[in-house]
Amino acid sequence: MSYREVWTIAEQCQGDIREVSYEILTRGRALADKLGVKLASVLIGYKVNKEKIEELIYRGADKVYLAEAQELENFIVENYGNVLIDLISQYKPEIIIAGATTSGRTLMPYVAVRVNAGLTADCTDLDIEEGTGNLLQTRPAIGGNILATIKTPNNRPQMATVRVKSTRPLPVDNKRTGEIIRINLKPGLIDGRVKRLGFRKTEEEAVNIQDADIIVAGGRGLKKKENFALIRDLAKRLGGVVGASRDAVDRGWISYPHQVGLSGKTVSPRLYIAVGISGSVQHLAGIKTAENIVAINIDPDAQIFKVSDFGIVGDLFDVVPAISERLSAIKGERNG
Amino acid sequence: MNIVIPIKQVPETSNVKMDEETGTMIREGVESIINPLDLYAIEVGIELKEEHGGKVTVITMGPQSAEKALREAIAMGCDDGILITGKEFKGSDTWATSFVLSSAIRKIGTYDLILAGERATDGDTGQVGPGIASFLNIPLSTYTSRIVEITDNTIIVERLIEDGYETLQMPLPCLLTVVKEISYPRLPTLRGKQKAKKVEIPVWSADDMDLDKSKIGLNGSPTRVVRISHPRIARGGTIVKATDEESLSRAIDKLINFLQEKNLI
Repeated sequence: MSYREVWTIAEQCQGDIREVSYEILTRGRALADKLGVKLASVLIGYKVNKEKIEELIYRGADKVYLAEAQELENFIVENYGNVLIDLISQYKPEIIIAGATTSGRTLMPYVAVRVNAGLTADCTDLDIEEGTGNLLQTRPAIGGNILATIKTPNNRPQMATVRVKSTRPLPVDNKRTGEIIRINLKPGLIDGRVKRLGFRKTEEEAVNIQDADIIVAGGRGLKKKENFALIRDLAKRLGGVVGASRDAVDRGWISYPHQVGLSGKTVSPRLYIAVGISGSVQHLAGIKTAENIVAINIDPDAQIFKVSDFGIVGDLFDVVPAISERLSAIKGERNG
Repeated sequence: MNIVIPIKQVPETSNVKMDEETGTMIREGVESIINPLDLYAIEVGIELKEEHGGKVTVITMGPQSAEKALREAIAMGCDDGILITGKEFKGSDTWATSFVLSSAIRKIGTYDLILAGERATDGDTGQVGPGIASFLNIPLSTYTSRIVEITDNTIIVERLIEDGYETLQMPLPCLLTVVKEISYPRLPTLRGKQKAKKVEIPVWSADDMDLDKSKIGLNGSPTRVVRISHPRIARGGTIVKATDEESLSRAIDKLINFLQEKNLI
């Protein structure tokens, strides 16, 4: 059997399907159409909401391979890896795409070495090469200073993880039909060596900066930990979350999950406000896909202004309170 | 407790300057350093050794000059280094690198724990750690933020995932890739530096490890780089000055307009 079909790896959490699963279907649909092959979503989990599974089809999938078992309720790479490897040997997809999430970036390399596949991390663009049908995978490298396009000429499948939030899900089309294929798990696929003992949600304010629409981030210009209150206040007014530069995190002003940049998280919000952040290359690489960037910095030569859509050169201790004040005035008008 | 830490030597890119004309990185004077994210793994390794005894071995695949990275790790407190080098390794992608490093770890033989950085700051893939665990068929925890408990044969760890921390228990030997939260890397000591200068670093070639040449270097790499381009990231937005009360007020007006136009408020 030759290698056909494009696959995307859906992610679920306690039976609910994560948004990224639909985002990557958008990528997969475009590739499958170019190749003239079927698009399948692979869903591994337990007791997944039936309507959400159908939504995979409404948002682009032709098929869903569904592997459910109690032991698959949570992501354990050994178990998920074994199931995926078994599916690959059975159905032979030519392309597999996963979100560049913590589980996607764990599962894909784990599987790729076993099935002798080429794997490219954190792609921002995927396309099909004319003539050969090879997958062209483009990703930033060396601190985001270059874009490398990579292909896998001889090995199949071709595997890639793609940045979260780098595409939007296709609209729901209730008329789309597809097949849900329930996989009977072969014995021995559940590894059993690793046990998940528990999970605790991050206690501080919401710090899932990767999923945020609005991020207000602070850097060295804040001068001390207490001044992050200014950032928190502005973020709250805008309905956003708090981010930080590496400098601010390294100084212990705020915890690592807030860190934006190459050594932290890559973010793609609709609005990114950089306050007192000069804009090192490693920071800029992390915000490149933000839709709108606003910078506030006292140094007119700060690199951050080069990538800004709107910049204010000024003292953040004047500017930020003035913005907050104006926002509450606007809100007052609306409510009044 | 015997610990193996695969590390990578990378260009010091965190403060890299860009050539504004060409959009390329200015490489002059760029130093080679231990991948900054590997330092956290090294620190954890040394701490575990201090508490439980045993030894920490750092290994790297790279050019002869990567020996410097191994000596730096030894200066921090690691015991031994192994350099895997040779032209046959050139062009290895993450598949081939995982294969070579896992083969080297097999050759080392007895180990309880493998620690790795989350990813390297140059390639930025984070694929080699999981790849090594997969080749060795040992349990894997990525994005490890804390070691809760470790005994002779099991470990309990926390992983930093999207919306919180997950606790996993697994038998040893296993492989952990670690995030910054897990430790504060120490600086090399004077005594460490002296030791690092003297220690003999074995050099392993593909033949020393009996490696199948079709699985290493460019031959063993499924992926090929077909094109490199230099993105321009300048957006050319509006920049306004806020130097006094009046200009501040105008700047805020413009900002609010901008945010309203874009439907952001």
